[in-house]
Amino acid sequence: MNTAPASTQFDLEAIRADFPILSQIHHDDIPLVYLDNAATSQKPNRVIEATSIYYREYNANVHRGIHKLSEEATSAYENARLKVRKFINTSSKREVIFTRGTTEGINLVAQTWGRANLKAGDVVVSTVMEHHSNIVPWQILASEKGFRIVYVPVDQNGLLDLPFLENVLANEPVKLVTLMHVSNVLGTVNPIAEVVQKAHQAGALVLVDGAQSTPHMPIDVQALDVDFFVFSGHKMLGPTGSGVLYGRRAHLEAMPPWMGGGDMISSVKLSGSTWNDLPYKFEAGTPSIAEAIGLGYAIDYLSEVGMDKIHQHEQAITAYALEQLNAVEGIHIYGPSAEQKGAVAAFTVDGIHAHDIAQILDSEGVAVRAGHHCAMPLHEHLGVSATARASFYLYNRFDEVDRLVSALHKARKTFRL
Amino acid sequence: MDMYREIILDHARTPHHPGILNPADFDHEEHNPLCGDRLHLTMRVNSERIITDIAWDGEGCAISQATASMLGDELLGKSLDEITKLTKDDVFEMVGIPLTINRVKCALLSLKTLVIATQSATDWEAIEDKE
Repeated sequence: MNTAPASTQFDLEAIRADFPILSQIHHDDIPLVYLDNAATSQKPNRVIEATSIYYREYNANVHRGIHKLSEEATSAYENARLKVRKFINTSSKREVIFTRGTTEGINLVAQTWGRANLKAGDVVVSTVMEHHSNIVPWQILASEKGFRIVYVPVDQNGLLDLPFLENVLANEPVKLVTLMHVSNVLGTVNPIAEVVQKAHQAGALVLVDGAQSTPHMPIDVQALDVDFFVFSGHKMLGPTGSGVLYGRRAHLEAMPPWMGGGDMISSVKLSGSTWNDLPYKFEAGTPSIAEAIGLGYAIDYLSEVGMDKIHQHEQAITAYALEQLNAVEGIHIYGPSAEQKGAVAAFTVDGIHAHDIAQILDSEGVAVRAGHHCAMPLHEHLGVSATARASFYLYNRFDEVDRLVSALHKARKTFRL
Repeated sequence: MDMYREIILDHARTPHHPGILNPADFDHEEHNPLCGDRLHLTMRVNSERIITDIAWDGEGCAISQATASMLGDELLGKSLDEITKLTKDDVFEMVGIPLTINRVKCALLSLKTLVIATQSATDWEAIEDKE
Protein backbone atom coordinates (compact mmCIF):
# COMPACT_ATOMS: atom_id res chain seq x y z
CA MET A 1 0.00 0.00 0.00
CA ASN A 2 1.39 3.37 -0.95
CA THR A 3 0.58 6.23 1.39
CA ALA A 4 3.36 8.55 0.27
CA PRO A 5 2.32 12.10 -0.59
CA ALA A 6 2.67 13.33 -4.17
CA SER A 7 4.82 16.30 -5.14
CA THR A 8 2.91 19.55 -5.18
CA GLN A 9 5.77 21.61 -6.59
CA PHE A 10 5.74 20.45 -10.21
CA ASP A 11 4.69 17.64 -12.53
CA LEU A 12 7.09 15.00 -11.25
CA GLU A 13 6.21 12.41 -13.89
CA ALA A 14 6.88 14.91 -16.69
CA ILE A 15 10.28 15.64 -15.16
CA ARG A 16 11.09 11.94 -14.77
CA ALA A 17 10.26 11.38 -18.42
CA ASP A 18 13.13 13.76 -19.31
CA PHE A 19 15.68 11.42 -17.67
CA PRO A 20 16.08 8.25 -19.76
CA ILE A 21 18.02 6.35 -17.07
CA LEU A 22 15.18 6.63 -14.55
CA SER A 23 12.94 4.27 -16.51
CA GLN A 24 15.66 1.60 -16.42
CA ILE A 25 14.86 -1.84 -15.05
CA HIS A 26 17.58 -2.53 -12.51
CA HIS A 27 17.52 -6.27 -11.71
CA ASP A 28 14.87 -8.89 -12.40
CA ASP A 29 12.01 -6.57 -13.34
CA ILE A 30 12.74 -4.19 -10.45
CA PRO A 31 12.70 -0.54 -11.53
CA LEU A 32 15.67 1.61 -10.50
CA VAL A 33 15.36 3.86 -7.44
CA TYR A 34 18.27 6.26 -7.77
CA LEU A 35 19.19 7.75 -4.38
CA ASP A 36 22.87 8.51 -4.94
CA ASN A 37 22.45 12.07 -6.13
CA ALA A 38 25.03 13.53 -3.77
CA ALA A 39 27.64 11.46 -5.64
CA THR A 40 26.38 12.44 -9.08
CA SER A 41 23.03 13.34 -10.60
CA GLN A 42 21.36 11.78 -13.61
CA LYS A 43 21.19 13.77 -16.87
CA PRO A 44 18.14 14.93 -18.78
CA ASN A 45 17.83 14.29 -22.54
CA ARG A 46 18.48 17.94 -23.23
CA VAL A 47 21.99 17.79 -21.71
CA ILE A 48 22.84 14.45 -23.35
CA GLU A 49 21.69 15.81 -26.71
CA ALA A 50 23.51 19.14 -26.33
CA THR A 51 26.89 17.43 -25.92
CA SER A 52 26.08 15.00 -28.72
CA ILE A 53 25.05 17.82 -31.08
CA TYR A 54 28.31 19.65 -30.35
CA TYR A 55 30.31 16.58 -31.43
CA ARG A 56 28.08 15.84 -34.42
CA GLU A 57 27.58 19.31 -35.79
CA TYR A 58 30.08 21.94 -34.64
CA ASN A 59 33.01 20.21 -32.95
CA ALA A 60 35.97 22.63 -33.08
CA ASN A 61 38.41 24.29 -30.72
CA VAL A 62 37.36 27.54 -29.08
CA HIS A 63 38.92 31.04 -29.16
CA ARG A 64 41.32 30.07 -31.92
CA GLY A 65 39.78 29.18 -35.22
CA ILE A 66 38.44 31.68 -37.71
CA HIS A 67 36.29 29.08 -39.43
CA LYS A 68 32.53 28.73 -38.94
CA LEU A 69 32.71 25.67 -36.68
CA SER A 70 35.11 27.39 -34.29
CA GLU A 71 32.92 30.48 -34.24
CA GLU A 72 29.91 28.33 -33.33
CA ALA A 73 31.81 26.39 -30.66
CA THR A 74 33.20 29.63 -29.18
CA SER A 75 29.73 31.19 -29.10
CA ALA A 76 28.21 28.15 -27.39
CA TYR A 77 31.05 27.91 -24.85
CA GLU A 78 30.89 31.62 -23.98
CA ASN A 79 27.10 31.48 -23.86
CA ALA A 80 27.41 28.75 -21.20
CA ARG A 81 29.56 31.17 -19.18
CA LEU A 82 26.79 33.80 -19.37
CA LYS A 83 24.26 31.21 -18.14
CA VAL A 84 26.49 30.46 -15.12
CA ARG A 85 26.93 34.19 -14.45
CA LYS A 86 23.19 34.65 -14.23
CA PHE A 87 22.57 31.40 -12.30
CA ILE A 88 24.87 32.32 -9.39
CA ASN A 89 24.66 36.11 -9.92
CA THR A 90 28.30 37.10 -10.35
CA SER A 91 28.86 40.78 -11.09
CA SER A 92 30.84 40.00 -14.24
CA LYS A 93 31.24 37.09 -16.67
CA ARG A 94 35.00 37.45 -16.11
CA GLU A 95 34.52 36.07 -12.60
CA VAL A 96 33.29 32.74 -13.98
CA ILE A 97 36.24 30.35 -14.47
CA PHE A 98 35.43 26.97 -16.03
CA THR A 99 37.11 24.03 -14.24
CA ARG A 100 36.74 20.25 -14.30
CA GLY A 101 34.86 20.40 -11.00
CA THR A 102 34.88 21.42 -7.36
CA THR A 103 38.16 19.67 -6.56
CA GLU A 104 39.99 21.50 -9.34
CA GLY A 105 38.50 24.82 -8.23
CA ILE A 106 39.78 24.43 -4.66
CA ASN A 107 43.21 23.29 -5.85
CA LEU A 108 43.38 26.29 -8.18
CA VAL A 109 42.75 28.71 -5.31
CA ALA A 110 45.23 26.87 -3.06
CA GLN A 111 47.96 26.85 -5.70
CA THR A 112 47.53 30.48 -6.81
CA TRP A 113 46.00 32.65 -4.09
CA GLY A 114 47.27 30.29 -1.36
CA ARG A 115 50.79 29.98 -2.72
CA ALA A 116 51.07 33.76 -3.11
CA ASN A 117 49.53 34.74 0.24
CA LEU A 118 50.01 32.01 2.88
CA LYS A 119 53.20 31.74 4.89
CA ALA A 120 54.52 30.29 8.15
CA GLY A 121 52.62 31.70 11.13
CA ASP A 122 49.36 32.12 9.17
CA VAL A 123 46.23 30.12 9.92
CA VAL A 124 43.71 28.59 7.53
CA VAL A 125 40.39 27.61 9.15
CA SER A 126 38.53 24.61 7.81
CA THR A 127 35.95 22.33 9.46
CA VAL A 128 35.70 18.74 10.68
CA MET A 129 32.81 18.08 8.28
CA GLU A 130 34.75 18.94 5.09
CA HIS A 131 35.04 16.70 2.05
CA HIS A 132 38.65 15.59 1.46
CA SER A 133 38.82 18.00 -1.48
CA ASN A 134 38.71 20.91 0.98
CA ILE A 135 41.25 19.42 3.40
CA VAL A 136 43.99 17.78 1.35
CA PRO A 137 44.86 20.71 -0.99
CA TRP A 138 45.47 22.87 2.10
CA GLN A 139 47.50 20.14 3.83
CA ILE A 140 49.71 19.79 0.74
CA LEU A 141 50.35 23.54 0.68
CA ALA A 142 50.77 23.76 4.47
CA SER A 143 53.50 21.11 4.42
CA GLU A 144 55.39 23.33 2.00
CA LYS A 145 54.64 26.79 3.44
CA GLY A 146 54.41 26.00 7.14
CA PHE A 147 51.04 27.63 7.94
CA ARG A 148 48.62 25.94 10.36
CA ILE A 149 45.16 24.52 9.64
CA VAL A 150 42.59 24.77 12.43
CA TYR A 151 39.38 22.71 12.10
CA VAL A 152 36.07 23.96 13.50
CA PRO A 153 34.36 21.10 15.38
CA VAL A 154 30.85 19.83 14.76
CA ASP A 155 28.35 19.51 17.64
CA GLN A 156 26.04 16.59 18.46
CA ASN A 157 23.36 17.88 16.10
CA GLY A 158 25.81 18.09 13.22
CA LEU A 159 26.08 21.88 13.35
CA LEU A 160 29.28 23.93 13.26
CA ASP A 161 30.64 25.19 16.56
CA LEU A 162 30.37 28.90 15.75
CA PRO A 163 31.73 30.17 19.12
CA PHE A 164 34.88 28.12 18.38
CA LEU A 165 35.16 29.83 14.98
CA GLU A 166 34.70 33.27 16.56
CA ASN A 167 37.37 32.49 19.11
CA VAL A 168 39.87 31.42 16.43
CA LEU A 169 39.12 34.50 14.34
CA ALA A 170 39.65 36.74 17.38
CA ASN A 171 42.89 35.15 18.55
CA GLU A 172 44.72 33.73 15.54
CA PRO A 173 46.15 35.31 12.37
CA VAL A 174 43.49 33.75 10.12
CA LYS A 175 43.95 34.43 6.39
CA LEU A 176 41.27 32.14 5.00
CA VAL A 177 38.14 30.33 6.15
CA THR A 178 37.32 27.48 3.78
CA LEU A 179 34.14 25.46 4.29
CA MET A 180 31.34 23.60 2.61
CA HIS A 181 27.94 25.20 2.07
CA VAL A 182 26.02 21.94 2.60
CA SER A 183 27.54 18.78 4.09
CA ASN A 184 27.54 15.76 1.77
CA VAL A 185 27.03 13.47 4.78
CA LEU A 186 25.19 15.36 7.51
CA GLY A 187 23.23 17.55 5.13
CA THR A 188 23.97 20.49 7.43
CA VAL A 189 23.39 23.85 5.72
CA ASN A 190 26.14 26.06 7.09
CA PRO A 191 25.32 29.73 7.85
CA ILE A 192 27.58 31.12 5.12
CA ALA A 193 26.49 34.76 5.30
CA GLU A 194 27.18 34.79 9.05
CA VAL A 195 30.55 33.06 8.67
CA VAL A 196 31.53 35.50 5.90
CA GLN A 197 30.62 38.51 8.01
CA LYS A 198 32.70 37.29 10.96
CA ALA A 199 35.63 36.26 8.76
CA HIS A 200 35.70 39.57 6.89
CA GLN A 201 35.60 41.49 10.18
CA ALA A 202 38.74 39.57 11.16
CA GLY A 203 40.35 40.32 7.79
CA ALA A 204 40.12 36.75 6.46
CA LEU A 205 38.82 35.65 3.06
CA VAL A 206 36.18 32.93 2.64
CA LEU A 207 36.07 30.05 0.16
CA VAL A 208 32.82 28.11 -0.07
CA ASP A 209 32.51 24.60 -1.49
CA GLY A 210 29.10 24.73 -3.15
CA ALA A 211 29.16 21.20 -4.57
CA GLN A 212 26.15 20.14 -2.48
CA SER A 213 24.28 23.46 -2.47
CA THR A 214 24.36 24.77 -6.05
CA PRO A 215 22.35 21.81 -7.43
CA HIS A 216 19.65 22.19 -4.79
CA MET A 217 18.97 25.82 -3.88
CA PRO A 218 19.17 29.32 -5.38
CA ILE A 219 22.73 30.71 -5.12
CA ASP A 220 23.67 34.38 -5.13
CA VAL A 221 27.42 34.80 -4.63
CA GLN A 222 27.10 38.56 -4.20
CA ALA A 223 24.45 38.24 -1.50
CA LEU A 224 26.57 35.60 0.27
CA ASP A 225 29.51 38.05 -0.09
CA VAL A 226 31.96 35.13 -0.50
CA ASP A 227 35.46 35.59 -1.94
CA PHE A 228 35.56 32.24 -3.77
CA PHE A 229 32.76 29.80 -4.58
CA VAL A 230 33.27 26.47 -6.34
CA PHE A 231 30.93 23.77 -7.64
CA SER A 232 30.68 20.81 -10.01
CA GLY A 233 28.44 20.46 -13.04
CA HIS A 234 27.87 16.71 -12.77
CA LYS A 235 25.94 16.95 -9.49
CA MET A 236 23.48 19.40 -11.09
CA LEU A 237 22.36 17.49 -14.20
CA GLY A 238 25.46 18.49 -16.19
CA PRO A 239 28.30 16.40 -17.64
CA THR A 240 31.25 15.08 -15.62
CA GLY A 241 34.34 17.22 -16.16
CA SER A 242 32.39 20.48 -15.93
CA GLY A 243 32.65 22.89 -13.03
CA VAL A 244 33.06 26.49 -12.00
CA LEU A 245 35.27 28.65 -9.83
CA TYR A 246 33.78 32.03 -8.96
CA GLY A 247 36.27 34.52 -7.57
CA ARG A 248 35.85 38.14 -6.64
CA ARG A 249 37.33 40.17 -9.50
CA ALA A 250 40.01 41.91 -7.44
CA HIS A 251 41.32 38.59 -6.09
CA LEU A 252 41.41 36.97 -9.52
CA GLU A 253 43.24 39.98 -11.00
CA ALA A 254 45.89 39.80 -8.28
CA MET A 255 46.35 36.02 -8.39
CA PRO A 256 49.15 34.50 -10.47
CA PRO A 257 48.07 31.90 -13.05
CA TRP A 258 48.05 28.21 -12.13
CA MET A 259 48.50 26.03 -15.17
CA GLY A 260 50.50 27.53 -18.02
CA GLY A 261 49.82 26.82 -21.68
CA GLY A 262 47.64 27.84 -24.57
CA ASP A 263 44.73 30.26 -24.29
CA MET A 264 45.95 31.69 -20.96
CA ILE A 265 48.64 33.89 -22.50
CA SER A 266 48.63 37.30 -24.11
CA SER A 267 52.12 36.96 -25.54
CA VAL A 268 54.85 34.36 -25.21
CA LYS A 269 58.54 35.03 -25.73
CA LEU A 270 61.42 32.77 -24.78
CA SER A 271 62.47 35.49 -22.32
CA GLY A 272 59.05 35.45 -20.59
CA SER A 273 55.31 35.65 -21.10
CA THR A 274 52.33 37.85 -20.25
CA TRP A 275 48.88 36.60 -19.22
CA ASN A 276 45.57 36.81 -20.97
CA ASP A 277 42.64 38.73 -19.46
CA LEU A 278 40.15 37.13 -17.06
CA PRO A 279 38.73 34.52 -17.18
CA TYR A 280 41.13 33.02 -19.74
CA LYS A 281 44.18 33.55 -17.48
CA PHE A 282 42.94 30.52 -15.51
CA GLU A 283 41.74 28.38 -18.44
CA ALA A 284 44.97 26.96 -19.87
CA GLY A 285 44.73 24.44 -22.64
CA THR A 286 41.71 23.29 -24.59
CA PRO A 287 38.87 23.40 -22.06
CA SER A 288 36.10 20.81 -21.57
CA ILE A 289 34.04 22.38 -24.36
CA ALA A 290 31.20 19.85 -24.69
CA GLU A 291 30.98 19.64 -20.91
CA ALA A 292 30.72 23.41 -20.40
CA ILE A 293 28.06 23.62 -23.10
CA GLY A 294 26.20 20.73 -21.43
CA LEU A 295 26.39 22.50 -18.08
CA GLY A 296 24.74 25.52 -19.70
CA TYR A 297 21.84 23.31 -20.81
CA ALA A 298 21.60 21.80 -17.31
CA ILE A 299 21.30 25.33 -15.92
CA ASP A 300 18.53 26.09 -18.43
CA TYR A 301 16.68 22.98 -17.25
CA LEU A 302 17.05 23.77 -13.53
CA SER A 303 16.06 27.40 -14.07
CA GLU A 304 12.95 26.44 -16.02
CA VAL A 305 11.79 24.11 -13.24
CA GLY A 306 12.80 26.77 -10.68
CA MET A 307 15.43 26.43 -7.97
CA ASP A 308 12.94 27.50 -5.28
CA LYS A 309 10.52 24.75 -6.28
CA ILE A 310 13.30 22.18 -6.46
CA HIS A 311 14.43 23.17 -2.98
CA GLN A 312 10.91 22.93 -1.59
CA HIS A 313 10.33 19.53 -3.20
CA GLU A 314 13.58 18.24 -1.71
CA GLN A 315 12.77 19.64 1.73
CA ALA A 316 9.46 17.81 1.67
CA ILE A 317 10.95 14.52 0.49
CA THR A 318 13.79 14.75 3.05
CA ALA A 319 11.34 15.39 5.89
CA TYR A 320 9.28 12.39 4.73
CA ALA A 321 12.41 10.22 4.44
CA LEU A 322 13.65 11.10 7.95
CA GLU A 323 10.22 10.33 9.38
CA GLN A 324 9.97 6.95 7.61
CA LEU A 325 13.59 5.97 8.29
CA ASN A 326 13.26 6.76 11.98
CA ALA A 327 10.70 3.98 12.26
CA VAL A 328 13.29 1.36 11.20
CA GLU A 329 14.52 -0.51 14.25
CA GLY A 330 18.20 -0.02 15.14
CA ILE A 331 18.70 2.92 12.75
CA HIS A 332 20.89 5.95 13.54
CA ILE A 333 20.52 8.97 11.27
CA TYR A 334 23.32 11.55 11.33
CA GLY A 335 22.99 15.30 11.06
CA PRO A 336 20.42 17.94 11.93
CA SER A 337 16.63 17.79 11.60
CA ALA A 338 14.92 18.12 8.21
CA GLU A 339 14.41 21.88 8.27
CA GLN A 340 18.16 22.50 8.76
CA LYS A 341 19.23 19.92 6.25
CA GLY A 342 19.93 19.38 2.57
CA ALA A 343 18.48 16.43 0.67
CA VAL A 344 20.71 13.83 2.34
CA ALA A 345 20.16 11.09 4.91
CA ALA A 346 23.28 9.24 6.12
CA PHE A 347 22.58 6.39 8.51
CA THR A 348 23.76 3.16 10.08
CA VAL A 349 21.67 0.18 11.17
CA ASP A 350 22.78 -1.77 14.24
CA GLY A 351 24.09 -5.20 13.34
CA ILE A 352 24.65 -4.55 9.61
CA HIS A 353 27.71 -2.87 8.07
CA ALA A 354 26.93 0.00 5.68
CA HIS A 355 28.41 -1.90 2.73
CA ASP A 356 26.09 -4.83 3.38
CA ILE A 357 23.14 -2.45 3.59
CA ALA A 358 24.07 -0.95 0.22
CA GLN A 359 24.46 -4.41 -1.31
CA ILE A 360 21.03 -5.58 -0.18
CA LEU A 361 19.41 -2.27 -1.17
CA ASP A 362 20.95 -2.68 -4.62
CA SER A 363 19.40 -6.12 -4.98
CA GLU A 364 16.07 -4.36 -4.39
CA GLY A 365 16.85 -1.79 -7.09
CA VAL A 366 17.74 0.98 -4.64
CA ALA A 367 21.04 2.76 -5.39
CA VAL A 368 22.66 4.40 -2.35
CA ARG A 369 26.27 5.04 -1.42
CA ALA A 370 28.11 3.39 1.46
CA GLY A 371 31.48 4.32 2.94
CA HIS A 372 33.09 7.43 4.35
CA HIS A 373 31.89 9.63 1.44
CA CYS A 374 35.32 11.30 1.17
CA ALA A 375 34.87 12.62 4.73
CA MET A 376 37.03 10.38 6.91
CA PRO A 377 37.65 13.00 9.64
CA LEU A 378 33.89 13.50 10.00
CA HIS A 379 33.28 9.74 10.30
CA GLU A 380 36.03 9.52 12.92
CA HIS A 381 34.23 12.30 14.81
CA LEU A 382 30.91 10.42 14.47
CA GLY A 383 32.62 7.28 15.77
CA VAL A 384 31.67 5.13 12.77
CA SER A 385 33.85 3.79 9.97
CA ALA A 386 31.12 3.98 7.35
CA THR A 387 27.56 5.13 6.80
CA ALA A 388 24.96 4.39 4.16
CA ARG A 389 23.68 7.50 2.42
CA ALA A 390 20.45 8.16 0.56
CA SER A 391 20.41 11.49 -1.28
CA PHE A 392 17.54 12.99 -3.23
CA TYR A 393 16.97 15.27 -6.20
CA LEU A 394 14.17 16.96 -8.11
CA TYR A 395 13.11 13.75 -9.88
CA ASN A 396 12.75 11.55 -6.77
CA ARG A 397 9.26 10.39 -5.80
CA PHE A 398 7.99 10.02 -2.28
CA ASP A 399 7.20 6.36 -2.91
CA GLU A 400 10.87 5.80 -3.64
CA VAL A 401 11.45 6.52 0.04
CA ASP A 402 8.99 3.69 0.75
CA ARG A 403 11.05 1.40 -1.50
CA LEU A 404 14.17 2.37 0.48
CA VAL A 405 12.49 1.64 3.81
CA SER A 406 11.07 -1.73 2.75
CA ALA A 407 14.52 -2.71 1.40
CA LEU A 408 15.99 -1.83 4.81
CA HIS A 409 13.45 -4.12 6.45
CA LYS A 410 14.56 -6.84 4.07
CA ALA A 411 18.20 -6.20 5.02
CA ARG A 412 17.36 -6.65 8.70
CA LYS A 413 15.52 -9.86 7.90
CA THR A 414 18.50 -11.17 5.87
CA PHE A 415 20.75 -10.50 8.86
CA ARG A 416 18.23 -12.23 11.20
CA LEU A 417 17.68 -8.99 13.16
CA MET B 1 28.95 39.08 -46.34
CA ASP B 2 32.10 40.66 -47.65
CA MET B 3 34.52 40.99 -44.77
CA TYR B 4 37.27 42.23 -47.05
CA ARG B 5 35.55 45.22 -48.58
CA GLU B 6 37.81 47.64 -50.45
CA ILE B 7 38.30 50.16 -47.65
CA ILE B 8 39.54 47.46 -45.25
CA LEU B 9 42.00 46.16 -47.82
CA ASP B 10 43.24 49.70 -48.62
CA HIS B 11 43.94 50.47 -44.97
CA ALA B 12 45.51 47.05 -44.39
CA ARG B 13 47.80 47.34 -47.42
CA THR B 14 48.83 50.95 -46.74
CA PRO B 15 48.11 51.69 -43.09
CA HIS B 16 48.01 55.35 -42.06
CA HIS B 17 50.26 56.56 -39.22
CA PRO B 18 52.93 53.85 -39.32
CA GLY B 19 55.97 53.97 -37.03
CA ILE B 20 56.97 54.77 -33.49
CA LEU B 21 57.05 58.29 -32.01
CA ASN B 22 59.95 59.07 -29.73
CA PRO B 23 59.44 60.87 -27.42
CA ALA B 24 55.73 60.19 -26.90
CA ASP B 25 53.19 61.11 -24.21
CA PHE B 26 51.54 57.70 -24.45
CA ASP B 27 53.27 54.45 -25.28
CA HIS B 28 51.55 51.07 -24.99
CA GLU B 29 51.50 47.66 -26.69
CA GLU B 30 48.77 45.01 -26.75
CA HIS B 31 48.46 41.53 -28.25
CA ASN B 32 45.64 39.40 -29.58
CA PRO B 33 46.59 35.78 -28.93
CA LEU B 34 43.97 34.50 -31.40
CA CYS B 35 45.67 35.82 -34.56
CA GLY B 36 49.04 36.73 -33.09
CA ASP B 37 48.24 40.40 -33.75
CA ARG B 38 50.48 42.99 -32.12
CA LEU B 39 49.82 46.72 -31.91
CA HIS B 40 52.19 49.30 -30.45
CA LEU B 41 50.65 52.75 -30.00
CA THR B 42 52.67 55.95 -29.50
CA MET B 43 50.84 59.25 -29.26
CA ARG B 44 51.47 62.92 -28.47
CA VAL B 45 49.06 65.52 -27.09
CA ASN B 46 49.40 69.32 -26.79
CA SER B 47 48.84 71.46 -23.71
CA GLU B 48 45.08 71.41 -24.34
CA ARG B 49 45.14 67.58 -24.28
CA ILE B 50 44.41 67.45 -28.02
CA ILE B 51 45.93 64.53 -29.93
CA THR B 52 48.48 65.98 -32.35
CA ASP B 53 50.52 62.95 -33.43
CA ILE B 54 49.77 59.26 -33.51
CA ALA B 55 51.67 56.21 -34.72
CA TRP B 56 50.97 52.50 -34.86
CA ASP B 57 53.63 49.83 -35.10
CA GLY B 58 52.85 46.15 -35.31
CA GLU B 59 51.69 43.30 -37.42
CA GLY B 60 48.60 41.17 -37.73
CA CYS B 61 45.49 40.41 -39.71
CA ALA B 62 43.86 42.86 -42.11
CA ILE B 63 41.01 43.53 -39.69
CA SER B 64 43.23 44.52 -36.75
CA GLN B 65 45.63 46.61 -38.84
CA ALA B 66 42.91 48.34 -40.87
CA THR B 67 40.89 49.29 -37.80
CA ALA B 68 44.03 50.75 -36.18
CA SER B 69 44.66 52.78 -39.31
CA MET B 70 41.06 54.06 -39.47
CA LEU B 71 40.94 54.74 -35.73
CA GLY B 72 44.14 56.81 -36.07
CA ASP B 73 42.39 59.06 -38.64
CA GLU B 74 39.51 59.52 -36.22
CA LEU B 75 41.71 60.33 -33.23
CA LEU B 76 43.82 63.15 -34.68
CA GLY B 77 42.53 66.51 -33.46
CA LYS B 78 40.33 64.98 -30.76
CA SER B 79 40.84 65.66 -27.06
CA LEU B 80 41.63 62.96 -24.51
CA ASP B 81 38.26 63.68 -22.89
CA GLU B 82 36.40 63.14 -26.15
CA ILE B 83 38.00 59.76 -26.77
CA THR B 84 36.76 58.40 -23.43
CA LYS B 85 33.33 58.31 -25.09
CA LEU B 86 34.43 55.83 -27.77
CA THR B 87 32.54 52.52 -27.71
CA LYS B 88 32.76 49.15 -29.40
CA ASP B 89 29.96 50.25 -31.72
CA ASP B 90 32.06 53.16 -33.01
CA VAL B 91 34.67 50.66 -34.15
CA PHE B 92 32.09 48.25 -35.58
CA GLU B 93 30.59 51.16 -37.55
CA MET B 94 34.03 52.04 -38.90
CA VAL B 95 34.62 48.44 -39.99
CA GLY B 96 31.17 48.45 -41.56
CA ILE B 97 30.80 44.66 -41.83
CA PRO B 98 29.32 42.11 -39.45
CA LEU B 99 32.04 40.42 -37.37
CA THR B 100 31.96 36.90 -35.96
CA ILE B 101 32.76 36.34 -32.28
CA ASN B 102 36.44 35.46 -32.74
CA ARG B 103 37.08 38.38 -35.15
CA VAL B 104 35.62 40.95 -32.75
CA LYS B 105 38.87 40.63 -30.76
CA CYS B 106 40.86 41.58 -33.88
CA ALA B 107 38.70 44.60 -34.65
CA LEU B 108 38.83 45.88 -31.07
CA LEU B 109 42.57 45.51 -30.53
CA SER B 110 43.34 49.13 -31.51
CA LEU B 111 40.62 50.54 -29.25
CA LYS B 112 41.81 48.27 -26.43
CA THR B 113 45.39 49.53 -26.86
CA LEU B 114 44.20 53.14 -26.89
CA VAL B 115 41.96 52.82 -23.82
CA ILE B 116 44.59 51.01 -21.76
CA ALA B 117 47.22 53.57 -22.85
CA THR B 118 45.15 56.63 -21.97
CA GLN B 119 42.84 55.29 -19.23
CA SER B 120 43.19 51.84 -17.64
CA ALA B 121 42.69 48.11 -18.14
CA THR B 122 39.59 48.30 -15.95
CA ASP B 123 38.10 50.99 -18.19
CA TRP B 124 38.77 48.79 -21.19
CA GLU B 125 37.08 45.77 -19.61
CA ALA B 126 34.02 47.88 -18.83
CA ILE B 127 33.83 48.90 -22.51
CA GLU B 128 34.44 45.36 -23.75
CA ASP B 129 31.86 43.79 -21.43
CA LYS B 130 29.11 46.26 -22.31
CA GLU B 131 26.39 44.23 -24.07
